[in-house]
Amino acid sequence: MTYQVAQEQPKQLQLLKVLGPVHIWALGVGIVLVGEFMGWNYAVGKGGALGALIACWVIGLLYTCVAMIDSEITSTVAAAGGQYTQAKHMIGPLMAFNVGLYLVLAYTMLEAGDVQVAGQLLQIGAGNFGYNIPWQPFTVMTLMILAFINYRGVFVTLSVNFVITAAAFCSIILLVIGTEPWNPGAVLLHKDLLTQLPYGWIGVLASLHFGIWYYLGIEGTCQAAEEVRSPGRALPMGTMLGIITLLIAAALTWYVCCGLLPWEYLGWDNELAPLYDAAHVTGNAFLTVALFVGTLFSAIASANGCINDASRAWFSMGRDRYLPTWFGAVHPRYRTPFRSILFLIPIAAIFALFIPLAQVITFSILSGLLNYTFMPINMWKFRRMWPLGSIQRGFEHPFHPLPAITLFVLCTVTFFAVYLGYGRQLLAMMAFYIIASCWFAFYRYRFVKRGDQFTMPWPRPQGY
Amino acid sequence: MVQRYVPPKQSVAMQLFDVAFLLALVFGALFLPIWLKIAVPSRVEKLPPGVSYQTAANGTKTWTGLSWEKLGQNPVMQAQWKKLGYTKEQAADIITQPFQYDVDVIGIGSTAIVVIGYFAFMLFMSEKEYKQVVAEKFGERRI
Repeated sequence: MTYQVAQEQPKQLQLLKVLGPVHIWALGVGIVLVGEFMGWNYAVGKGGALGALIACWVIGLLYTCVAMIDSEITSTVAAAGGQYTQAKHMIGPLMAFNVGLYLVLAYTMLEAGDVQVAGQLLQIGAGNFGYNIPWQPFTVMTLMILAFINYRGVFVTLSVNFVITAAAFCSIILLVIGTEPWNPGAVLLHKDLLTQLPYGWIGVLASLHFGIWYYLGIEGTCQAAEEVRSPGRALPMGTMLGIITLLIAAALTWYVCCGLLPWEYLGWDNELAPLYDAAHVTGNAFLTVALFVGTLFSAIASANGCINDASRAWFSMGRDRYLPTWFGAVHPRYRTPFRSILFLIPIAAIFALFIPLAQVITFSILSGLLNYTFMPINMWKFRRMWPLGSIQRGFEHPFHPLPAITLFVLCTVTFFAVYLGYGRQLLAMMAFYIIASCWFAFYRYRFVKRGDQFTMPWPRPQGY
Repeated sequence: MVQRYVPPKQSVAMQLFDVAFLLALVFGALFLPIWLKIAVPSRVEKLPPGVSYQTAANGTKTWTGLSWEKLGQNPVMQAQWKKLGYTKEQAADIITQPFQYDVDVIGIGSTAIVVIGYFAFMLFMSEKEYKQVVAEKFGERRI
């Protein structure tokens, strides 16, 4: 069989336009909902239970700004690659290369965390039946199955995501109902379990780091922009509904877990699945099974969406020659970026198998944070170079530049939050991006076709 | 009239080299610092007053003076730990490892310089490249 490289074809193979608002919601929430099932609890470790709640609200504000900005730009720049394609049109190739890497690493590391959790959870499940087996084969098997589904096609991928995301969300609702929040003290024990801020306000600041995990990946909705039937309607609607879903799920998750588990346990680096543990301590077998399934489904849905998003960003960079053009191939039958899908899977597998969860998550968070720092710059340039009325926008977000300024300030504070406790990992990540940037600017850029980077049918940007 | 830039062709071998470089960068900068335990979370051991332990050759800890109360756990917290299957000794391994937040001015300053320097370099180079993109797409600007 011969495969076609999109770059070199007289007529490029295009991705199929089959997605609606429900798929966009499922892609966004499907990736992110796992953040309620694992990872957010490390915010409790860094700042205590109340610190994590404040982080949940503050970072919720950060993501509201992200969703507002993203909805306007993505519904206008409706092309695969999301923020990567936006950076090409608004800032320039080196920024676009970096944004592409942010997306790929954020999703690949999230995917690694997801399959690590899926594998370890299956090990716990087998242990409950008396079988002591390793988790690593489950992790690799999960990754292989999801890679195959993604290889076969985006419609199947996101339809599967919709079903399992909805099931995972329902398991949180079941747990909330089962813990009788209308009857304080019966099951939920906030009065005795909530403590003062263990590290004071600096701990609250530090917990913003993992507060990101409640919502990380919602911006992935715009990765599918090229495959959406009606971008102007589906992208803003799917993204905004996704944020609302996540705000509700995050609040419920915090309330239930902090009413059932001591904060030191909840925030421990090796605590894998807080909602499952919360269900476990209720002593209710039905809830325990429901949250086992919910956690597993959320991890699988998230990994599924991450493979989809990371491969599309990598594919776009290959198609634009930011990376070897070999990656810019579309499968002639399934119309998927199959080489990018297959290339990224082993990287996710190695990080999943050998790096602790909190640190895998931190790599994902840092890449996401760098991407959010780019967004206000992007938004400001977008409005300056193409003021309202100069081009057709699918959606115009209100109160500009307030969301952009708020987002920039919150990103700066969150970098400091990561520095507190994870400073060396922050420097390792920056070293990666600085070396990669030098590599692109002084070597790889020579392979990039200049004029081809601007593909939107817009007038010349003002000021250039 | 702007001349259209024609990039050089890249051989398959050089494409493979580029891929290998990026893979080496991912594993060298991200995987190794954690694998070698250079980049680890800044937790420190803090034992409550009157509590100590000895570690045997096989790694087993023998605690002295340990109680739930000294670990700051009230009766409800103790009950929840027990439901999770933890003894006070196992819980102590977790509770006595809090984060240590050192606000080190030099550390913060140098990290800030790295992050700001990275963005400044990226925006500066991107601006240069973007002008080339716009010039080729729309033609040179007439003043």
